[in-house]
Amino acid sequence: MAEQARFDQMGYYDPEKLVRVDTTLPSTGWMDTPVAIRPGTYIYPVKPKHLEYLGMPFARQWAPADPDWKLPPNWKEIILDGIRERLDRFRSFKLFMDICVRCGACADKCHFFIGGGDPKNMPVLRAELIRSIYRRDFTVAGKLLGRMAGARELTPEVVKEWFYYFFQCTECRRCSVFCPYGIDTAEITMIGRELLNLLGIGINWILEPVANCYRTGNHLGIQPHGLKDTLEFFAEDIETVTGVKVNVPINKKGADILFVTPSGDFLADPGTFTCMGYLMLFHELGLNYTWSTYASEGGNFGLFTSHETMKRLNAKIYAEAKRLGVKWIMGGECGHMWRVLHQYMDTMNGPADFLEVPVSPITGTRFEHARSTKMIHIVEFTADLIKHGKLKLDPSKNDRIKVTFHDSCNPARAMGILEEPRYVIKSVCNHFHEMPANTIREKTFCCGGGAGLGTDENMEMRLRGGLPRGNAVKHVRDAFGVNHLAAMCAIDRATLAPVCEFWAPGVRVTGIHELVANALIMKGQTERTLNLRQEPLGEEAGETAHE
Amino acid sequence: MIISALAVVALLGVVYAGVHVWGMHVLFGIVVPYVAILLFAYGLIKRVMGWASSPVPFCIPTTCGQQKSLSWIESSYFDNPHTTVGVVGRMLLEVLCFRSLFRNVQTQVRDGRVAHGSDEWLWIGALAFHWCFLVIVIRHLRFLTEPVPFFVSFLEQVDGFFQVGLPVFLASGFIMLGAVTYLFARRLFSPRIRYISLPADYFPLFLIMGIACSGILLRHLVRTDVVTVKEIALGLVTLHPAGSGLLAKAHWLFFVHLTFVSVLIAYFPTSKLMHMAGVLLSPTRNLANNSRMVRHVNPWNYPVKVHTYEEYEDEFRDKMKDAGLPVEKE
Repeated sequence: MAEQARFDQMGYYDPEKLVRVDTTLPSTGWMDTPVAIRPGTYIYPVKPKHLEYLGMPFARQWAPADPDWKLPPNWKEIILDGIRERLDRFRSFKLFMDICVRCGACADKCHFFIGGGDPKNMPVLRAELIRSIYRRDFTVAGKLLGRMAGARELTPEVVKEWFYYFFQCTECRRCSVFCPYGIDTAEITMIGRELLNLLGIGINWILEPVANCYRTGNHLGIQPHGLKDTLEFFAEDIETVTGVKVNVPINKKGADILFVTPSGDFLADPGTFTCMGYLMLFHELGLNYTWSTYASEGGNFGLFTSHETMKRLNAKIYAEAKRLGVKWIMGGECGHMWRVLHQYMDTMNGPADFLEVPVSPITGTRFEHARSTKMIHIVEFTADLIKHGKLKLDPSKNDRIKVTFHDSCNPARAMGILEEPRYVIKSVCNHFHEMPANTIREKTFCCGGGAGLGTDENMEMRLRGGLPRGNAVKHVRDAFGVNHLAAMCAIDRATLAPVCEFWAPGVRVTGIHELVANALIMKGQTERTLNLRQEPLGEEAGETAHE
Repeated sequence: MIISALAVVALLGVVYAGVHVWGMHVLFGIVVPYVAILLFAYGLIKRVMGWASSPVPFCIPTTCGQQKSLSWIESSYFDNPHTTVGVVGRMLLEVLCFRSLFRNVQTQVRDGRVAHGSDEWLWIGALAFHWCFLVIVIRHLRFLTEPVPFFVSFLEQVDGFFQVGLPVFLASGFIMLGAVTYLFARRLFSPRIRYISLPADYFPLFLIMGIACSGILLRHLVRTDVVTVKEIALGLVTLHPAGSGLLAKAHWLFFVHLTFVSVLIAYFPTSKLMHMAGVLLSPTRNLANNSRMVRHVNPWNYPVKVHTYEEYEDEFRDKMKDAGLPVEKE
């Protein structure tokens, strides 16, 4: 099998070999070690048509392997002006350029460094890639002392290095938890990617979804009628499993609640089962809610592009809430989506003064903590329902499942939604086991494919980056017989499936509302013999893991 | 690293020659300290004002515990603060106890598994170094004040608790020297830390080692005349600098000590040592995680080009109508 597989397929790699991480450092200093771009560890560049559609500059054909990246003639000036502008706009960036003491506390916190060993994947060096340029052109010491002060000249080689390493950071913020000054590499990577985009340098796996989302409302480019078909198809599957025909309200004016979820849940298993879970839950509650085709994306690959792009895509959610006249907004299970909704949306596109403070129509709970954004997380909503005893649940329906919970980076470190998902999972599953303490909650490890890096041509880095998570999963699999990993993130559901298959075979990935829906006793349901994946409920889940 | 070490040794040589050979007491006893303090004040204010002049456009705390949400879920008050009091608590824990460094975990891949072990050495070393440095700075107030405030005398008594030697060994100086040596040793012997280190990381370490060594020597071996030193120091503080006659009475090592300190504080604002002020301004630590409760305002929130619903419907209207989806314009 390994002979036929390509570098963008999991079968190409051998866990026994990949786990032997080479930690030897280059004999040359990092400034004198040129970047080596090799297949499996980088992502294909953006196609010109997507940049053109978005009105972004310098659309052209180029390839990372080419010696000449066809930079615009005044590229240096663009970068330096870009740095200057961002130093004036972001205190975070300015401060993080100045105060690092290189204590090294961040070094072994990065999943890519742990699983890959490349020293430039230590967060400190990733930041030094920009700091060295900043020092030379923006500080007196750097101008006078040059390399002595850690400064270096901006050359096309530096741009290549930036491309390689800023697209080897998943903006997971784990290093910022351990940094004594809270230096957040996500901020630095975000700025680094913004600067690259000024030169028309980006990756297709981010910018095609961005262009899609701008046009069709979602990353996948699903058009309105296609979305309707998809949701109705889910409804049919739900009827097959439960005998209940759920309603699918779309673009409904006068609904109380607008529901927005990552579009990954419309297309890719196992996210689709989580999406079915939402449909079943809302139907069972008789919720007056609506899906939207225009705002059919909760995720925001603009976050991985630039602050401006993030705002352009995010604007649709409040605009659609206003057009439909809903009272408040609920968001589905997604990771980076919640970074944007929690930390950026209100600032960028608020104030949402045309909406009301979210109140659960079922329990009457007023979600005061979302009184400004008017948007709550579905797991907060469901936890509140369960706490008030408003759901009829039969956790034994999930008895074949031994589940662990993967905290997704952004909900954990840019929000802190840690207990709600655990409460929900424990309410619908009888067998729950935590992974080791250093790998969960605020110390959770990335799936290896966040921040727009979860594409197959990046397979080697994804598997390497997924090693710390995969190894923790393997630990609970061996210790407790865990056979399911629950995650409330669409990217996790897509990328952790191969990570688990590679590092902890036999463990499947599930969303939380898939588990909820399997345990949910619906009014008028027929006797359940199948789970949402249409597998017999009695069968050992682990046996079906290898199709 | 060698360059940094040479720079400190050269500095030592210059001061020795300047004072002991050429008798430039006024330069090293008065001019250098005054220039240094001016550079320090100017540089510090300029740098901090520079940071403060850039806005904090978004509310981006790194959350390290449970958020404040449902009433029956206990939120993590300091690690994920949602109130100003919580933020102050988080900052105090950070500045006084190095909360984040305390979390440190050592992770490596060994024998096919990812091993995590707690690693508090950096935390202990850093804490010992910074706290002892503070104690030493406060202790030195006895040279700069008359009468000496009670807390300075008290601190010195505590510091000399072990009552060893005469003059009494003060623990802080030795602990700091040990801690700074540890911080240097990990840079030297950990290949990874050595790989990321710049000359600018070694230079302050050597300088501080020089300060600690010269200080300890002055107290215990050279035993310079403390009364003279105090007169010189008070002269500097009261802007009535001592005459060259008085300056000449102090040992040359005293001028080395004083010049090292002067160089350190003059160097401070242009260097990574500014982390002392910077940590207070760090947006991932000093903001409350209340961005869904209170709107955070971005002063440069400029309008952007968006794809409006009208444009969207114009493109997809026929398909929407065919699918039975409601439209605004028929």
